[in-house]
Amino acid sequence: MTTIAETRSKSLLYLENVSVSFDGFKALNALSFVVEPGELRAIIGPNGAGKTTMMDIITGKTRPDTGTVLFEDAIDLTKRDEADIAQLGIGRKFQKPTVFESHTVWDNLELALNRSRGVFATLFYTLTGEDRARIEEILETIRLTHRKDELAANLSHGQKQWLEIGMLLAQEPKLLLVDEPVAGMTDAETAETAILLREIAKTRSVVVVEHDMGFIRDLGVKVTCLAEGSVLAEGSIDFVSSDPKVIENYLGR
Amino acid sequence: MITGFVLRALDGKIVVAIGILLAIAVLVPALNLLVPAGSAFHIPTYAVSLFGKYLCYALLALALDLVWGYCGILSLGHGAFFALGGYAMGMYLMRQIGSRGVYGDPVLPDFMVFLNWKELPWFWYGFDMFPFAMLMVLVVPGLLAFLFGWFAFRSRVNGVYLSIITQAMTYALMLAFFRNDMGFGGNNGLTDYKDILGFSVQAPGTRNVLFAMSAIMLALCLLIASAIVRSKFGKVLVGVRDAESRVRFLGFRVENIKLFTFVVSAMMAGIAGALFVPQVGIINPGEFAPANSIEVVVWTAVGGRGTLIGPIIGAVLVNAGKSFFTGAFPEFWLYALGGLFIAVTLFLPKGIVGTIQHGWHARTERKAAAEREKGEDADMMPQAAE
Repeated sequence: MTTIAETRSKSLLYLENVSVSFDGFKALNALSFVVEPGELRAIIGPNGAGKTTMMDIITGKTRPDTGTVLFEDAIDLTKRDEADIAQLGIGRKFQKPTVFESHTVWDNLELALNRSRGVFATLFYTLTGEDRARIEEILETIRLTHRKDELAANLSHGQKQWLEIGMLLAQEPKLLLVDEPVAGMTDAETAETAILLREIAKTRSVVVVEHDMGFIRDLGVKVTCLAEGSVLAEGSIDFVSSDPKVIENYLGR
Repeated sequence: MITGFVLRALDGKIVVAIGILLAIAVLVPALNLLVPAGSAFHIPTYAVSLFGKYLCYALLALALDLVWGYCGILSLGHGAFFALGGYAMGMYLMRQIGSRGVYGDPVLPDFMVFLNWKELPWFWYGFDMFPFAMLMVLVVPGLLAFLFGWFAFRSRVNGVYLSIITQAMTYALMLAFFRNDMGFGGNNGLTDYKDILGFSVQAPGTRNVLFAMSAIMLALCLLIASAIVRSKFGKVLVGVRDAESRVRFLGFRVENIKLFTFVVSAMMAGIAGALFVPQVGIINPGEFAPANSIEVVVWTAVGGRGTLIGPIIGAVLVNAGKSFFTGAFPEFWLYALGGLFIAVTLFLPKGIVGTIQHGWHARTERKAAAEREKGEDADMMPQAAE
């Protein structure tokens, strides 16, 4: 039997009793959620279940009304802003692919690289051999080496999603939050993305929000189902999808 | 580090533009001073000052483009920074008049004597010294931009709201400077200048030097702007313009990025104002008028925002047009300006330079695509042979 204190001290990300409401609507209702180091976790749930709000709270975009949000059992994320949290090592991919369209694929990755981000450091930055090698490595991982000099605007939808994932990798985060990575992708791209995410999760924790049950089955990881702002069920995909509450709230309809 | 920063700035088009600016800094004064008045190549002195004025406007447009074209901050108050730089220069020029004023007071400018003031207000101290005044040309607009930006960018005021408060800022300053007891000459402003650094402001030689300085400062600011936008910082800047939240979630402090750019831009606008004032001979609160700031936006849009050369060309063309129209058909100028803005928005949304660049880019893209297709076919052969 593990105690709460033990779970907390081992955790990378720890949310306890987090609530937030917007104009009376309870977006999160006493949500508790733990991610361990090196874990790949999938989150499912109907629209309005609070999936995106949860990500907003972890990344500092929204402040919770009550509750605890801890990173590495020490850092209170509710006190930090987006830039701080990103520098701590939490990367976030948006639902709609958000890359710098008027920059080349290479420049997108160069900007994301985990280097000093101050005004003067960036003004006088010159690309080092080490940085070049890192960018080339990421280009390989996200399968975009052949398009490195093209503007990001000219990429296909799926490639933009990958580029954004690549940018998160360049950030060298400890925790990656990925919001609907396969929305709008072809089946082949979806399968590729599952491989890509599993590869990434070897060296860091990843939380994936997704609606595509086939994709989640492909990932083959622990699943958390959210509904109405709190956790409905947690476990393997088969366990969660056979839970009557999950079927009623999400899958059944 | 610094050399890398400057070398990056010198891409082909910028070198050409800087070369042209430096060439006219020499050529125009030469044609004015060395060519006899009867010759077809002679440039009259009034025209030298008129061109000098265009170059100041061009620098103002370049400054606006840095924040609007590259960082997405549509400032409708850049005229304020220009006017503040102009007032700093105007205060120096007023102090140079000395006892040659109408009232002959050795220290107080005429308007203060007229208002029955007994001593110089503290904020006029030091303006008799040229280096101090030049420092203030940078510091005053820079400080205002810093304070304004500090609050606006930290509270994440964006888009049209930001534009409106910049407009309110310049309007408030205009009302303040119109008041006599502000100590800046009220609605008459500062005028009747005599000397700058001991040289008469009316003398053709001085006017030519001021012209040359305008061209050189424009070239210098173009170099700085180019170094900024071509650095990694410049890429982040465009990132802020196109996808601000992405930049934020990558760990950059967007407020600092905007603040730095806004302050640099305000200082450039201040330099433009300081060079403008001795060439036109007056600075008054009318320079703070909101309409002035909006005109700068039109010049920048016409030339092509998000390009560095565009705003310079836009400012010179529109103002040359203005000089011509207000001479030939004075009542039609505002219609022409309005029409121009609508036409550019509808038919040349990227502006003149932006459209040309886009066309050129599309051409090279097509060529490259054709090359690639040929190349791929050739590559396929040996692979098939394996």
